[in-house]
Amino acid sequence: MIEFHLDARSGVAPYRQLIHQVRHALRLGLLREGDQLPKVKDVVAGLAINPNTVLKAYRELEYEGLVAARPGIGTFVTGTLDGGPLAAHGPLRRDLQRWLVKARRAGLDDESIEALFDSTFRSASEEDIA
Amino acid sequence: MTTFLPRSGDGGNAVIETSGLGKRYRRKWALTDCTLSIPAGHVVGLVGPNGAGKSTLLNLAVGLLAPTAGTIQVLGGTPAADPAQLARVGFLAQDSPLYAGFSVTDHLKLGARLNPGWDAELARDRVDRLDLEPGQKAGTLSGGQRAQLALTLAVAKRPELLILDEPVASLDPLARREFLQDLMEAVAEQELSVVLSSHVVADLERVCDYLIVLIGSQVRVAGPVDELLGAHHLLTGPRREPDTLPDSVQVVSASHTDVQTTLLVRADGQILDPAWTVSEVGLEDLVLGYMSQAAGRRRRDRNGNRHLEVQK
Repeated sequence: MIEFHLDARSGVAPYRQLIHQVRHALRLGLLREGDQLPKVKDVVAGLAINPNTVLKAYRELEYEGLVAARPGIGTFVTGTLDGGPLAAHGPLRRDLQRWLVKARRAGLDDESIEALFDSTFRSASEEDIA
Repeated sequence: MTTFLPRSGDGGNAVIETSGLGKRYRRKWALTDCTLSIPAGHVVGLVGPNGAGKSTLLNLAVGLLAPTAGTIQVLGGTPAADPAQLARVGFLAQDSPLYAGFSVTDHLKLGARLNPGWDAELARDRVDRLDLEPGQKAGTLSGGQRAQLALTLAVAKRPELLILDEPVASLDPLARREFLQDLMEAVAEQELSVVLSSHVVADLERVCDYLIVLIGSQVRVAGPVDELLGAHHLLTGPRREPDTLPDSVQVVSASHTDVQTTLLVRADGQILDPAWTVSEVGLEDLVLGYMSQAAGRRRRDRNGNRHLEVQK
């Protein structure tokens, strides 16, 4: 069983933080198929948050096919997440390293590189959504 | 938006419905032209500065005050109209009023005598869980324990709607947290609707899914928290006048430096103008934006008055 925590300063909506923590635990193998998620009542009592927030997070995870609710019993993990085949990481990392060398040569400092990556990443994922 | 309560629908069953509601104390209006419809199944945060009219609105809802203008319906009935209506609404007034000379057990007996729907088992369970000594006098309990005992009394009468006036204002951070945990657990277990007021937005951020901002005796904004957060954006960009924005964008608050303009806006669609950097706002920023709007308006009024005097 995992335990949720909330970062009040992150600015990320609480239900998103809960979703993120479940996905993270799935990636790390802390949660496996068949494991139960904390009961809504326990999350609510532990974090002092609105029950609707927890239900919304669980519903979204259910919609993504990662968990399933069994009425009267609880919510259980039904799916798995992995970050793609590890074999693909090596070549991608080398591409990224080459790109970083180019960016430094062009005179970008660490912060500018981060900002550029961030904004490119965001506009790319926005295009995916649209 | 779907909600926790199975009995809540998309309308029709408002827990509190007001129309043109107003309350005047002698010459001063504490609440003016308040029109609201709060759907069931929410934990509603009523926020605003001290003296904004929050307690007045809550006292009208429980029938401790009568309106000067307009109407208010609570769970479809007139507040405090008859014993049945009283039994459906729980109320926790400011500073958790209890009888100092009565013990914890005495309070539970009193609750059982006064409330037809009293759930004695629930009350006993809660007192056990909270580690309250049954024989202890309420006057000797800590602030946090008093608040929890008062909440126990309000919850054990099994109301459909629970109204709490500044329930955590006088509690230390730990007691505050414990009280809200306890309240949320009761919401999850008993499926009740809750309206609670606070002048500290941070206290409500996690527990509320519906927000009402009351400033200067008027409702400035009300709605489900998700919708409000989705519809408000913080825009930053090169200095320009807010009136260059399209009509669909409503400016809540604006601040300028010599080169930059920062706006809190309400817009239902996306902000497409690339000159603006658009960021999301938190609940606290949103409420503070409306508060500074009200303050700015007062400042402008004063300037306007001075201007008139000069002309004379």
